[in-house]
Amino acid sequence: MTIQFNDETFRDDYSFHNSDWAIKRFPFPFHEDSYMYAVNMEQHRGGPEGSVYEKRFDVDEHYVSEMRDRAMVLADDPLRCQSLPHMTLAGWDLLELIMVSKSEDYPDLFELHRDGDTWRWVNKPLGIDDTFTFLDDTTLPYGPMEYITRQTQGDFCVLDQRDGNLWMDAGMVTTQADWSLDFDIGMNFFEWHAPVPLAHEKGIFVRALKFLLNIQQGAPARRLNWTMTVNPLLDTSPENYHKWGIQKTTLTPENIGAKQHLRVELQTFFRLPRSNGLVFPIRCYLCSFQDLMTMPKWGRRLHRVVRDLPVELATYKGFIDNRPMMLDYLSQFDDGLPTSPGVWPDLETEPPLSR
Amino acid sequence: MSKFEFPPSIKSRPVYGTLEARQGKAHLMIADAEGAEAILRIATPDLMAKTHIIYIPRGAGFADQLRALNPAQFYEGPSYAASVQRIRRVLQDAHMGLQVYLTGTEGLMGQAQNEAMQAGIPHTAIQTEHRGSVARRMQCVHCKGITEDVETDPFQCSHCGLNLFVRDHYSRRLAAYQGVCIDAEDPGNVPAPKGIYE
Ligand code: HEM
Repeated sequence: MTIQFNDETFRDDYSFHNSDWAIKRFPFPFHEDSYMYAVNMEQHRGGPEGSVYEKRFDVDEHYVSEMRDRAMVLADDPLRCQSLPHMTLAGWDLLELIMVSKSEDYPDLFELHRDGDTWRWVNKPLGIDDTFTFLDDTTLPYGPMEYITRQTQGDFCVLDQRDGNLWMDAGMVTTQADWSLDFDIGMNFFEWHAPVPLAHEKGIFVRALKFLLNIQQGAPARRLNWTMTVNPLLDTSPENYHKWGIQKTTLTPENIGAKQHLRVELQTFFRLPRSNGLVFPIRCYLCSFQDLMTMPKWGRRLHRVVRDLPVELATYKGFIDNRPMMLDYLSQFDDGLPTSPGVWPDLETEPPLSR
Repeated sequence: MSKFEFPPSIKSRPVYGTLEARQGKAHLMIADAEGAEAILRIATPDLMAKTHIIYIPRGAGFADQLRALNPAQFYEGPSYAASVQRIRRVLQDAHMGLQVYLTGTEGLMGQAQNEAMQAGIPHTAIQTEHRGSVARRMQCVHCKGITEDVETDPFQCSHCGLNLFVRDHYSRRLAAYQGVCIDAEDPGNVPAPKGIYE
């Protein structure tokens, strides 16, 4: 299908919206009625047609507006994109991975023409047509990682692999769930995960790192993570927390359905061929509570998950104060009927709300 | 002299050990304030004959005692900032096998450790021992300004004036803890400051 790109904002007047198509393909992250951290990783080898899992780098109706928002964040704060000196080769690896994947997966939107080291990249939605020399930094307007991630939805962490660990030595981070690349750059897997509650004790990070170190080229993996955001604000950075934190207090029983968003990150992992680094794209999808409630199964399940989530997680994810109001709202959509296993909405088979 | 026992914390927070005299042809000891006591504890004439001491007293009165150890080289600096060029130079000139000893405040150890790592000293050749003040070097995540010797939580950023909560999350690259606005969701509601470990 051809994508109609929305003209919308993720700040100020928040004109962001999801079409029916986008709601239906929203990556609802709960496969059962409760949630706890786990080593939830699987191969990233496509998925159902039209789903966010189908393509290596999903492009959706928010693409053009998200890239505009990223440019604004970077203009305000260039430190959101950083690369330590030894990471340039990994940046080229990433540029190649994205250009090849997007031109193969979306030939109507992106074209890559390679003639030896002379590459021509055509990005139709953003109106870009650039010719450059592969592996020659001087032929691009930005470093290779910054160049390509200004044109790709989602945040990117580029990890160096050494000493049996992963090191966050480069990244483009403008749509983050409240963590700072500028602070975390140079840290290893256990250090940047230090603030996460409960998961260290459960041995999750030790097992997850082992899995990641063994990811092979051509065999990417993926997982989902989630949190809550008031208003469809992409840039929930600690840098700007003193500006956006107050928005959490603007929820009312009347506006919560429209204002409160479930924020889901589709996280993928790709081995990079020349640098042997690993790239970790973190793609953020937002959906308002009221749009989620159009899927009866999701309504029932979200209520149960939020209700039963351990206090530590609700606190870490930053919605402990708003949880009672969320539950008042969500409980209207939970009639107590059982839900089918798995994340899909199962619209044809799940009964409508019975009250 | 009792040493402060830091409470258990998250994995980004550094842990410090206890200095011990190691074998080696050359030794570099960098200390501030009460860090001098850790050097005095391990000093022997033999060790001192191969040791360069860089000491920043910060008002503590140990300089004469250290000088009396007769180290091969002794430098007394008025501040870390004033000493850092010299530290870099010494590390640059270091030969394989140099043993590095860092002791005193977290800010001193963190910054000097950074210099040593950047100079290519293997981390196995670097020892640390905390002594003296438990104050923290903090980076304001909002304005990026660094404030030295933060003793209370919350504290007011010395650069942008925001009231910051003192996190345990620590960056070795910055040699600093992170400070995050404490009253963003309730402007003006700032608890009375207390000692970080109270
Ligand atoms: C190498 C790739 C990865 C990177 C760069 C990464 C990065 C991060 C960062 C920056 C945070 C925020 C920490 C903070 O509060 O400051 C985080 C949170 C977290 N990460 Fe990772 N991570 C990676 C892989 C994984 C994997 C494989 C797992 C598998 C279990 C995982 C599990 C988690 C969990 C459970 C959280 C807490 C999220 C929440 O509750 O909202 N991460 N990660």
